[in-house]
Amino acid sequence: MKRCLVVDDSRVIRRVASKIIQDLGFDVDEAENGRKALNALTIRMPDLILVDWDMPVMDGLEFAQQLRKLPGGNKVVVVFCTTENDIPHIRQALDAGADEYIMKPFDSEIVRSKLILLGLLG
Amino acid sequence: MLPEDFELAARFVKDRSGLVLTRDKVYLLENRLMPVVRDLRLKSVSELLAGIASGDAALQTTVIDAMMAKDTGFFRDWKPFVHFRTVVLPNIRVSRGMKTRFRILSAGVSTGQEAHSIAMTIRDVSSSFPGWQVEVIGIDISATAIAAASKGIYSQFDVQRGLPVRTLLQYFTKQEDAWVLNDAVRGMVKCQPWNLLDDLFSLGRFDAIFCRNVLVYFDLKTKLDVLQKLARLLVDDGVLYLGLNETVTGVSSNFRAVDPALGIYAAHRADRPASLSLAAKVDL
Repeated sequence: MKRCLVVDDSRVIRRVASKIIQDLGFDVDEAENGRKALNALTIRMPDLILVDWDMPVMDGLEFAQQLRKLPGGNKVVVVFCTTENDIPHIRQALDAGADEYIMKPFDSEIVRSKLILLGLLG
Repeated sequence: MLPEDFELAARFVKDRSGLVLTRDKVYLLENRLMPVVRDLRLKSVSELLAGIASGDAALQTTVIDAMMAKDTGFFRDWKPFVHFRTVVLPNIRVSRGMKTRFRILSAGVSTGQEAHSIAMTIRDVSSSFPGWQVEVIGIDISATAIAAASKGIYSQFDVQRGLPVRTLLQYFTKQEDAWVLNDAVRGMVKCQPWNLLDDLFSLGRFDAIFCRNVLVYFDLKTKLDVLQKLARLLVDDGVLYLGLNETVTGVSSNFRAVDPALGIYAAHRADRPASLSLAAKVDL
């Protein structure tokens, strides 16, 4: 079974996103900021990371940049999931290593369609 | 809703659009008609249906419009569009000889996402078609959906359903809260109100037809009628894309399966070799 790490400082958003991803057939772990997410990656590298932008301790942008430098870090699919919904932010996330970008609010259909694009769902 | 009201509404909708409403769809009928009742400040669905029965053409159009599903998305199911880009378009390029023109039909285009996905796909490989004349035609029974499709303006929610973010940046600009498709792509697509139950031949011939998640709403006879009309619109080596849960098997002999799991079929002419097709099954 594919694994996903959901990184968001909002517990509610983590729960909602995790439920959607679980319903799509993934095992899901959660982290509340980029630093904790990087720590989690030392134990196991997931197939997919859904990451918020604005978080305390370490934001999503720095997390993505750090992740891509890790061994095996360039194989993980990274999807930003954030309220930042303007073109400069999207370009910045892609430059930092994001594969896809979801603008909040989102629903299960948006997540599902993005994972199909990324080849993570049939 | 009274049983006789349901019968009247279901018969009217079926006759006008082909959409079959079985008794378990009472909730759907009510959900779609109640906003019309409120907008027109009528007392009830019964009053609305009485207006339809009296032959009020404007009201009839409004009801048909309200009943049509507008559930759509960009690059829906993704793989059919990969097939179109990697198999059908290259085959069009090498098989047309001196004819530098091709046309694609999006039947049941709704608010335009499918037709615009086709246009963006073609645009992505436009360097392979220098000087070619390309037309994407979108048709739908709903005039309001066609009006929205022609504008090419989508909400944040719309552009996230199936559209890769890099494609969003490539072909859209953001204006306030809306995402606006650029003129180059929008200009490739012509959308017009058209009922699939009417004559289609005046639309002209097409190299590929997308009619995805439309037939599923029809009964067997209507499916056959529509498929026969679509077959006549396809060029001899043309390709038909249906929805993933739709098939021609057991319905029409005018097509042969290319990749049924992806809803891909080729035009089949009894007097033509079976190999003559723009489509081939590929491992996507």
